[in-house]
Amino acid sequence: MADPLLRVQHLVRRFGGITATDNLSLDVMPGELHAIIGPNGAGKTTLISQLTGQLMPNSGAIHFAGRDVTRQPAYKRSRLGLARSFQITSLLPDFSAIDNVALAAQAHDGHSFRFWGSARKEKHLRDAARSALKRVGLEARAEVPVLELSHGEQRELELAVALATKPQLLLLDEPMAGLGVTESARMVGLLKELRKEVTIVLVEHDMEAVFALADRITVLVYGRVIACDSPDAIRNNEEVKRAYLGDQHVVVGHV
Amino acid sequence: MTSALNARNIVAAIAAAGLLLLPLYSALSGNIFILTLFTRIVIFALAAASLNLMMGYGGMMSFGHAAYLGIGGYAVGILAAEGIGSGFIQWPVALIVSALFALVIGALSLRTRGVYFIMITLAFAQMAYYIASGMSRYGGDDGLTIYKRSDFGGLINLSNRVQFYYLCLGCLFGGLYLIWRIVNSRFGMVVRGVRSNEQRMQAIGFHANRYRLVCFVIAGTICGLAGALLANNTDFVSPAVMYWTRSGDLMVMVILGGMGSLFGPVIGAIVYLVLEELLSRFTEYWALIMGPLLLLIVLFARGGIMGLLGRMRRG
Repeated sequence: MADPLLRVQHLVRRFGGITATDNLSLDVMPGELHAIIGPNGAGKTTLISQLTGQLMPNSGAIHFAGRDVTRQPAYKRSRLGLARSFQITSLLPDFSAIDNVALAAQAHDGHSFRFWGSARKEKHLRDAARSALKRVGLEARAEVPVLELSHGEQRELELAVALATKPQLLLLDEPMAGLGVTESARMVGLLKELRKEVTIVLVEHDMEAVFALADRITVLVYGRVIACDSPDAIRNNEEVKRAYLGDQHVVVGHV
Repeated sequence: MTSALNARNIVAAIAAAGLLLLPLYSALSGNIFILTLFTRIVIFALAAASLNLMMGYGGMMSFGHAAYLGIGGYAVGILAAEGIGSGFIQWPVALIVSALFALVIGALSLRTRGVYFIMITLAFAQMAYYIASGMSRYGGDDGLTIYKRSDFGGLINLSNRVQFYYLCLGCLFGGLYLIWRIVNSRFGMVVRGVRSNEQRMQAIGFHANRYRLVCFVIAGTICGLAGALLANNTDFVSPAVMYWTRSGDLMVMVILGGMGSLFGPVIGAIVYLVLEELLSRFTEYWALIMGPLLLLIVLFARGGIMGLLGRMRRG
């Protein structure tokens, strides 16, 4: 069996008296789409933030692509090929869509201590940005300021920004949050395409999407992993049903 | 911003042309005072433009920017007092010392954000103020008179009003051009991105503070140049140029003209200093009128005068 791309070992993060991440261990294999589900407050976003370096764990270790990145700041992890999208859309609001993506491409194209030439005229950055926008279906909206994009488009732009950093691992924090039915379906279609190329960790509330996409599912409750298995096994796991899925008949009914 | 012919650009072009032609008007009308006033305005416009690079584009609210006016000024004054009159030495020293000071202050201040950043930059500027006050060899509290302006050989004569005015204006336009290039470069995009959403910029792979610090140093260095000009203009440098109210004046000019607009600080400096001049003729309590005026601008014209003009275009 291949080495995991991402290995999380005994991760602990406390906020005051609350243990948001409680001795959590997790392996993400190269090429898989690994979903993380759990009720509200299970510590999913806290986990993602520790994986990307926005938040430092109290103890435990995170290895990415064979390297210990536990104490590395976010920008360094990004350079190693770890990209994230944010649950609450986090873009550069006063820039256009293409600027947002081009900056992500620029971040991975040498240093940016270049003071003279116009960044917007660097063709390879613009081209890279345009192709990332095209992947998520936003090429027609390239010049539109982020503030004027719809919520759904902003979610797609989040994805384009992450893609432009050429990641090995994509951490998606609720990419469907707030999307309508058709927009959700489009996002699922998009993720189905992306998963062919890049390893994905998907945190999502939309169970239909999760069970349609995931190779493996980890279930988090109170910061602890209560199960980690294939979608079918998760669906039939008694503990998971009790803790989490009990009232979500949709999931049980869905095949 | 797409069309070149909008209210903002027209106002900027008129102001630039006005500044260029001012010595002509002064000569024809025999009004020497206006040239003196505008030399001062142009120098402060350069200082305000440098603060705008940091504040408007970089999102760093420095409340100690006047420190660099003093540092640039003292570099010229102290060298002159020690018998080194050449501008070729004085000015580079002014720039280098300002840059070094900015590097140290920036490295320490940028560990903080928001109100703490404002406070720590203010504290450092006040420290510079008290150090200057304590330099008894160089006039201490009373300041230092500069008996001879910087000497650039036969190249340019700083004691000639018109030549000096054009030197200042050249520095202003040069500074604006530099800032314009910087703001649109890779570096500028990063700095503006960090202002917009620092967390996002870290997440896509930028070490935000490194870029911020370089921006801080560039802004400080440009302001140091304004300081060297100011000292030559007044033939005098004193701790008062570094006092926190001076930093406040610069901030007001930037906000009045329009943060994050290239030409805004120039408009801000013109409006602020001309108003100060006019109002102080009527009453010594001119600040009583200036204050409410500022309030109005901040409340109703976010984005300053340039922001207001930008909205006019859209109707």
